[in-house]
Amino acid sequence: MSDALAVVALTLVGVAGTAVAWTFDPARQAVLSSVFGVLLAVLFTVLQAPDVALSQIGVGAALVPLMVVLTVRRIRRGPR
Amino acid sequence: MSGRARLVVFVLGAAGLAVAFVFALGGMPPFGGSEHPYRDLAVAAALRHVTPNVVSSVNFDQRALDTLGEETILLGSVIGAAALLRLVGHEKERPERAGGRLPDAIGLGCYLLLPVTLLIGLDVVAHGHLTPGGGFQGGVVLATGLHLLYLAGRYRSLERLRPLAWYEFGEGASATAFVGVGLAGLAAGGSFLANVLPLGSFRELLSAGTVPVLNIVVGCAVATGAVVLLAQFLEQAIRITGGAGPGSSG
Amino acid sequence: MQVYAYAVAGWLALAGALGIARSHNLVHAVVALSVVQSGTYVLLLSVGYQWEAAAPVFASGVPVTTPVVDPVVQAMTLTDIVVSATVTALLLALTIQIEKRFGTVDPDELRKLKG
Repeated sequence: MSDALAVVALTLVGVAGTAVAWTFDPARQAVLSSVFGVLLAVLFTVLQAPDVALSQIGVGAALVPLMVVLTVRRIRRGPR
Repeated sequence: MSGRARLVVFVLGAAGLAVAFVFALGGMPPFGGSEHPYRDLAVAAALRHVTPNVVSSVNFDQRALDTLGEETILLGSVIGAAALLRLVGHEKERPERAGGRLPDAIGLGCYLLLPVTLLIGLDVVAHGHLTPGGGFQGGVVLATGLHLLYLAGRYRSLERLRPLAWYEFGEGASATAFVGVGLAGLAAGGSFLANVLPLGSFRELLSAGTVPVLNIVVGCAVATGAVVLLAQFLEQAIRITGGAGPGSSG
Repeated sequence: MQVYAYAVAGWLALAGALGIARSHNLVHAVVALSVVQSGTYVLLLSVGYQWEAAAPVFASGVPVTTPVVDPVVQAMTLTDIVVSATVTALLLALTIQIEKRFGTVDPDELRKLKG
């Protein structure tokens, strides 16, 4: 795997992770974290870890963001 | 602690961590180097047990005990979330309400994707010892695939496909089955989770001994666990109305 | 390049922790915590990587003598990801419960309520 590809994937993951951590609105954060999950999976594929990438796609790009969205929805219309 | 004090604590901690990390880097193997002693041992052990996917071999054969621990964590968190999110006191389930609202074409697409996703999930579980994938990946695909029905706006058909009690039972049963496979190894092979089934021939579907068995067990555990977890969150987000807890005046 | 992968891993942990420290919403803090944990994925997989090596799966057509990357750290990362998801689920459930009890998920307001 070429040097440049690994650098690009690592940089994208670093930038996206920072964006997720520093986005303070949880609804937007959920969408961003889904994108971050996909980018992590791409990095794992570049690092020759297809098993981990598959797992990351399912968990990081779908399952966890879905749980966050549902939590935000519950809290938004929470009892006041 | 005020926000400012929190930041000060963070900066102190982060600076300490950064210094320790830079020192640790000095002792790290160079990125991309060719010296991986654990790799050499794990690959040799996987080949001895006729398992082409070395990661599956590590997870379900060489270090299967760790995976049992992980299963227990999953079980514990499912039980914990279910206990935390159970309906209490005056919370009522709202009787009628569809899920999301999407254009019909997208809804239909989700419907059509459902069987495809379930098939992919089963395939990923079944070939976990041969190709990338396995119980974890396939289980997550199965659980998320089922929730395409929610995206399609068919929350009620999702509920029909999801008799929750069965999934809760499945989660417990697969954790028990994992221990059962371990005890079988203890009885027949002399050690807990020993790989006692016939190993078969390389790259055949029925090979690698207990690895595919544990893959299926873990696939069930992850799929049912994730479905039960998501069900709790869906219930909270969609079905519950009213019902403020005590002291919610703030 | 020698340390870039490790630096990204360390950066993810720090950026996530800073997100938690500055958080005004427990849901945000939980997601930021998962960013911290993703730093450990990057660190583990970087330790096991080898240039020009293949994935540790000997599919048909791949001779078993092919050099592969370290499968042990990959198995650890797999465990790591699943545990991270379960921890996130549990913390989000706790957050919902806190919101039910106190009507807010802002850590500062929660502290004021405590008095």
